[in-house]
Amino acid sequence: MLCDLCGKKEANVHLTEIIDSQSRELHLCGGCAKKKGTAVGEEFGLSGLLAGLTDLGTKKGDAGKARKISCPKCGMTYEDFRKSGRLGCGVCYQSFRVLLAPLLRRIHGSIQHAGKRPPVISPAQKRTRTLRLRKLDDQVKLKVLLKKAIAAEEFEQAAELRDQIKELKSKSAKRGRKHGRPSE
Amino acid sequence: MVAPLNELAFQTGEWLRGSGPKEEIVMSSRIRLARNLADSLFPHWATRTHRGQVLARVESAVKKSKFLKESLFLKLGLLTELDRQFLVERHLISRDHAVHPRERAVVVSDREIISIMVNEEDNLRLQVLQSGFNLREAWEILSQVDSELEPELHYAFLPEWGYLTACPTNVGTGMRASCMLHLPCLVMTKQINRVIHAITKLGLTARGLYGEGTEASGNFFQLSNQVSLGVSEGEIMDNLEKLIHQVVEQEEAARMALLNQSREVLEDRIWRAYGTLRSSDQMTSNQTVELLSLIRLGVDVGIIPTLDRGVVNRLFIQTQPAHLQKLEGRSLSSSERDVRRARLLRETL
Repeated sequence: MLCDLCGKKEANVHLTEIIDSQSRELHLCGGCAKKKGTAVGEEFGLSGLLAGLTDLGTKKGDAGKARKISCPKCGMTYEDFRKSGRLGCGVCYQSFRVLLAPLLRRIHGSIQHAGKRPPVISPAQKRTRTLRLRKLDDQVKLKVLLKKAIAAEEFEQAAELRDQIKELKSKSAKRGRKHGRPSE
Repeated sequence: MVAPLNELAFQTGEWLRGSGPKEEIVMSSRIRLARNLADSLFPHWATRTHRGQVLARVESAVKKSKFLKESLFLKLGLLTELDRQFLVERHLISRDHAVHPRERAVVVSDREIISIMVNEEDNLRLQVLQSGFNLREAWEILSQVDSELEPELHYAFLPEWGYLTACPTNVGTGMRASCMLHLPCLVMTKQINRVIHAITKLGLTARGLYGEGTEASGNFFQLSNQVSLGVSEGEIMDNLEKLIHQVVEQEEAARMALLNQSREVLEDRIWRAYGTLRSSDQMTSNQTVELLSLIRLGVDVGIIPTLDRGVVNRLFIQTQPAHLQKLEGRSLSSSERDVRRARLLRETL
């Protein structure tokens, strides 16, 4: 079926408009639907619903403070999580533990895992396996922040981050030469 | 176009065989597990480089696996849009995975029983698809693959919250168990909304043919568990099985009632559908799915005894846009596809 408005592209948004108790069906392509301001569905997804639940367990006034908590490993803030409905890494579960517990209880009705577990392992293996609060390499962290800034169209901040990455790179290259190692 | 992918086009996935338990109503059973690597970021938050590193680690783990020995490792970025669509139609990857192909991959095992999406919402999405009502066997296979990969990849796991996932709705077992049910008589007798309403209240989700966000077409409904934390994998399957048994019974009762009370009307609808599919020059994909649904019902209740269920199952997949274009070996416009689809249906039926 072709779009009712442009008549060129395949219609993939199907709407029923009710105006003055007259209903009318509209079949639009993605582009025209967006122009018409009717890109439904995408906005009202799981993340939107989750966002509504993410302030559970925080007292009024605390919510603002809570949102600024950030994960030491990946840099995600609780506010980022509220917006996307997705966490940044495994360590986020520890970083936002207090805030996540009531949310998990709301979703699953429980906060105690009852299923399969990875096999019991030796302490040596454990070191590589357990979630470490080890900070990511500064460069990687800056790159994540840069990506975030670009996505949010905060270009000034992005430019600053880009310069910092450059600086770090040249520093590590110098260090590499000093120690006789090839640079990255 | 990737050569191994063309081979897939000419084979049939195990789940389309049409011969598992309760196959006349339960088309397929699927289990998927969400897993992430303990020391990496979840895909949506990671840089391309980082996702590339995860991809390389998974590729090397897959190479060592004995379960995935004969599997294909397909990097989506190297495939054409058509090839990716083809994988979606075969239920091997999600729509989202096809739309954002960079630093993403899919592993497809022999006979398409096991598939693993790499860097979709989670680092790994492992799935097993089986024909008929067969969740236990699916879980048995998948759990073994999961355990085999774990020592290589070290999953993100916390004792109290289980396997950690990008979205908190999947945390815990990371498991989604689902069955694809064909419920034409519950739809005809207008009982379907009541049934779906009831199972939703009991903690299941109903979706369309292609999973999340898709509409029910061809009277197919995918029923799955919602909760993944606080319940074991066995409990999830128990609960799902019990409820699905009841839905199956309801559909069987509706089929019996229709056959007893209005057999002529039902036979007429089914033979008309058969006639239309065998003699049309053009056929849209929506029409095809609706008519094939009636034919499948005809096979299931013995009205069309000469046709094999597996053939009808395959037609649901082979008549989809990307499959038709693979068959023809070139890209086809929408109207060309309608003609090609009609020809395939005439020739097969």
